Amino acid sequence: MLNEENSYNIYICGVGGQGIIKTSVIIGEAAMNEGYDVVMSEIHGMSQRGGVVSTELRIGGYKSSIIGKFKSDIILAFEPSEAVRALDKANKNTKIIFNTSPIIPSTLNQFNQTYPSVGNITESLNENYGSVYPVEGEKLAIESGSILSLNMVLLGAAIANDTFPLSKESIIKSMKNNLNSKFHNMNLDAIEKGYNIVKSS
Amino acid sequence: MDLNQLVNGKSGDKEFLLGNEAAVRGAIEAGVSVAATYPGTPSSEIGNILSFLAKDAGLFFEFSINEKVAMEVAASSAASGLKSFTFMKHVGLNVASDSFLTAVYTGTPGGMVVLSADDPSMFSSQNEQDNRHYARLANCPVLEPSNPQEVKDMMKYGYELSKKFSIPVILRTTTRISHMRGVVELGDVEITNNKTDDSNSINFGKNVHWEKGFFKKNPKQFVPVPENSMVMHEKLVSKMEDIEELANNSDLNFIFNSFENIDSENIKPKSKYGIISSGSAFNYAYDVVVEDNLANLGFDILKLGFTYPFPKDLALDFIEGLDGIFVVEEVDPIMEKEILAIIGEIGIDIPVFGKLDGTFPLIHEFNSDIVRDSINKVINSSINTIDNINNCNNCNNSNNINNSNNNINNCNNSNKINNSNNNSSNYNNSNKINNSNNGNNDLNINKRLKDIKDNLPSRPPTLCPGCSHRATYFGVRRAAEELNISNENLIFSSDIGCYTLGVSPPYETTDYLLSMGSSIGDACGFSVATNQYIVSFIGDSTFFHGGIPPLINGVHNKHKFVVTILDNRTTAMTGGQPNPGLPVDGMGDQAPEISIEEIAKACGCEFVEIINPMNLNKTIDTYKRALEYEGVSVIIAKYPCTLIKGLKRKRPMVIKEDKCNNCQNCVTTLACPAISIVDGKVEIDDLLCKGCTVCVQMCDEKAIGVKKDI
Repeated sequence: MLNEENSYNIYICGVGGQGIIKTSVIIGEAAMNEGYDVVMSEIHGMSQRGGVVSTELRIGGYKSSIIGKFKSDIILAFEPSEAVRALDKANKNTKIIFNTSPIIPSTLNQFNQTYPSVGNITESLNENYGSVYPVEGEKLAIESGSILSLNMVLLGAAIANDTFPLSKESIIKSMKNNLNSKFHNMNLDAIEKGYNIVKSS
Repeated sequence: MDLNQLVNGKSGDKEFLLGNEAAVRGAIEAGVSVAATYPGTPSSEIGNILSFLAKDAGLFFEFSINEKVAMEVAASSAASGLKSFTFMKHVGLNVASDSFLTAVYTGTPGGMVVLSADDPSMFSSQNEQDNRHYARLANCPVLEPSNPQEVKDMMKYGYELSKKFSIPVILRTTTRISHMRGVVELGDVEITNNKTDDSNSINFGKNVHWEKGFFKKNPKQFVPVPENSMVMHEKLVSKMEDIEELANNSDLNFIFNSFENIDSENIKPKSKYGIISSGSAFNYAYDVVVEDNLANLGFDILKLGFTYPFPKDLALDFIEGLDGIFVVEEVDPIMEKEILAIIGEIGIDIPVFGKLDGTFPLIHEFNSDIVRDSINKVINSSINTIDNINNCNNCNNSNNINNSNNNINNCNNSNKINNSNNNSSNYNNSNKINNSNNGNNDLNINKRLKDIKDNLPSRPPTLCPGCSHRATYFGVRRAAEELNISNENLIFSSDIGCYTLGVSPPYETTDYLLSMGSSIGDACGFSVATNQYIVSFIGDSTFFHGGIPPLINGVHNKHKFVVTILDNRTTAMTGGQPNPGLPVDGMGDQAPEISIEEIAKACGCEFVEIINPMNLNKTIDTYKRALEYEGVSVIIAKYPCTLIKGLKRKRPMVIKEDKCNNCQNCVTTLACPAISIVDGKVEIDDLLCKGCTVCVQMCDEKAIGVKKDI
């Protein structure tokens, strides 16, 4: 039976190609291995073509795989403007972790739009929410060996949170189960980097 | 997740599976021998996984040319005594329907499940049709799972049912079930001996790993000429009566009437309400009942998994004594009409709250918020026996729900309703209600953040960097310009695939679209009905799927239009499955590559040219000649999709700042994701750029070149 104290809702979002679904599966399998009931929803139909990708993970006896309005415990955004787009899922206690490197839509001009400055996004999120963690994901990923480890940097940042219900060990075990062993060391390093950034903030 | 576990996993193992992965495991557990599909989201992964696992699983799998052919492959296999599986997106069943409706008559003695993946809210589809209607049209049973575990279990049960009654069974999923992940406990694989190594078999040594069936001739059963069909239909109706009995007693249908949170000591519900639901809608209804503790208000849930033939007796038992019935279902009010028919037939007077009276929305998928808001509309206006409720003014007279429809929006955001619930001492868990109703308030963010949120740039899917379709679209536009053909005089008829994205600015190369393969058929119609220029676009896979018959039609009937076959060497939109234009089949083996050029010629087309669309001058020239050609001209724009793995990476482009006059034509007319404006200047992202050179060719200032220092 669902119990709000023991439940945890994770909303992950970004742009197609950033490794969002893989990251979500890693978390979901780790939850399963720790004995939790977990369901997940993924929207990825046309995502490879630069569209928005989002996943919703619900740990703790839920039947539906969609998080209700304002019900996310954590929002993990792989792109700053996507963090803002996800705010319908946030409440005042939601932890908002986001990668500060923007992906600017090529259609900006066609629709006469402008991309908001990242500084502005960060400051205004801080003005409205208590737990906001900007992460220089691209920089840390490249330091770990490749931009492709961006998702692991953000995964590390997510699990560093005090409220995160799963252990780092089980996340790492699940990562190893899901990613090519050639890249385990790089990805471990990326997880550590993301983890430490949030722990030290 | 190791996909091999879908074959090798032992009974009792737990895996975190996608609904579509669970469907594969279900097929394997059931002992399916033959599976066929045409890829379509949200069902695509099933085919991808079967393609990968078919040999290990000991079954045959193919990507058929279209859903109709896939349906035929499955039906004749089942007629030969094998368990067969076909699956498709909801609109795929339209394509397959011609064969499907008759396969229900002839029967499927081996057992056959048709998985229909519906797409409420149209995440990746042209409509959101409700395929439960097909069951009524065809007279066949429907199972509706609510999570991956049920997908697997119902697959297995579907084969039992199908085999027992020799009738195809529809397994109806929706996007949120197909693309939902959940914990699935595996079961036994029923048949493990369907691999064959019989050296006497005619297939010995060939690429076959499945046991062969045998087709026993029986024209009365399998040849639906009218005298046979009349008997078949009669038998079918009688079968469905028997199956309804099964549905009434099925384990897949059950009642939730004791929720842990209910405090029966303190709460004596004054009314009793029933929710009838299925599929993903059930999940939302269940979570709302638990979170809002609606059980204290007397809410029970009848969850239906075996939804057609509708379990009438069970539903009647459930609704007896209720004060109101909520029917929670996605997309069309189908079960609601069943319920209304039952209570009308019996002559009892119970209000039914569903889609028909406006309680629930008639379109799009549900979520917990929608279900909660919809239920609240009713309980706040008609369950007003609870103490201290300050009736929402707008809802005062809403006992007649029809009158309240216009007030729905007003009520949704009413703080009065939220506050009044909190004041009610009858609510045991008022904090929860408080929390959930906060969901109806606005975001509560300051103006600065609200401004950013309101003005976020949109992020529509676009053609990938390096996609050859961009060059083709640019070329056809330029050719029309050079021939002085106005945009109004040029109709673009398009099809289903990535290239449909050409509908957006700046290309705007989709003016008309119906379905898979329709671009050429539509062009035939335009050619007869107008004197305009017509260019149709169709992908390589879609051409094989449904494009060949209308092409023949166009030539034979002397129509005039340009067909562009965008041959990007894969079925790109659904994730890169093979099609007959490639030298590989669905099991990864070598296969004869069918030449699109030769087919077009064989269809009678005399103007057939292959171009590399990345060569802009040649592309423009070819389109000019094609547009002036009297008859059906075919241009095959051949260039591999940039998402194909293992393609050699080319050097990226760079803006030569000394030559760039910042006209931004490359940004506005190409709209390549790799080119964007940063601080007022054009920049090319060398991580995204695939080195296709189209921007180099179109830049009048010669201000774009190959980046050397990388």
